[in-house]
Amino acid sequence: MPQSARPLSPHLQIYKWQLTMTLSILHRATGIALAVGTLLVLALLIALAAGPDAYGAVRDCCASPLGLLMLFGWSWALCFHLFNGIRHLLWDTGWGFEIPRAYATGWSVVVLSLALTAVIWTCVFTRGGIS
Amino acid sequence: MSAADLQTPLKRVRGLGSAKSGTHHFIVQRVTALALIPLVAWIIWLGLALMHADYAHARALVHQPLNALLLIAFVIAMFWHAQLGLQVVVEDYVHTRWLEVTTQLAIKFLCVLGALASVLAVVRIAFGN
Repeated sequence: MPQSARPLSPHLQIYKWQLTMTLSILHRATGIALAVGTLLVLALLIALAAGPDAYGAVRDCCASPLGLLMLFGWSWALCFHLFNGIRHLLWDTGWGFEIPRAYATGWSVVVLSLALTAVIWTCVFTRGGIS
Repeated sequence: MSAADLQTPLKRVRGLGSAKSGTHHFIVQRVTALALIPLVAWIIWLGLALMHADYAHARALVHQPLNALLLIAFVIAMFWHAQLGLQVVVEDYVHTRWLEVTTQLAIKFLCVLGALASVLAVVRIAFGN
């Protein structure tokens, strides 16, 4: 569709910020981030098949400060997209559209995603971190 | 009662829409999402196991038939779901036709290539020693 000078309908800056719209935007944002993260899965598998040197190089990248930051971000993105994806699948069955329920499931997704991320990184660091 | 009244809502929307195939995209996105729920739970476990394993142990883990099978299932579902999701993002935000088509093709090719390369890597490990 070509760009045109037609007036636009009200956009983000017009509406009051709400949990439901935040989670909707985050679902798409985490989806895009995770799509980029598929490259890490790909790199790890190719390196594991290639040999110890290649695998060690990818692991060193992961253990670097920037690598750890990205792994941390991806782990939360994965947890969030997983739980909010289940919320979407429940909506697809027709369940959970009432406003109080949409908020209850929304906050559940926030809490569960943070909790699972915390569990994952507790497992990582209680067993000696990434070496 | 006419025949139309006996149709389910799904039957009535199938084949409709501007591209005549939007429902198929919707369904495949949900089916891959459903497959990914248990697979992601399992991949978190595998990831944590790999994180504390040296090279030989990591290779031995992926070499196990069940792990190799689930890993192949995971990467296929993952790249498929990623392509379907990115496709909608590009449809929503890229309105310059040539750029949209080029981006969609690039995403499709990269996802298929990524899935094939991942499967090949797992197969090499599964059939290697």
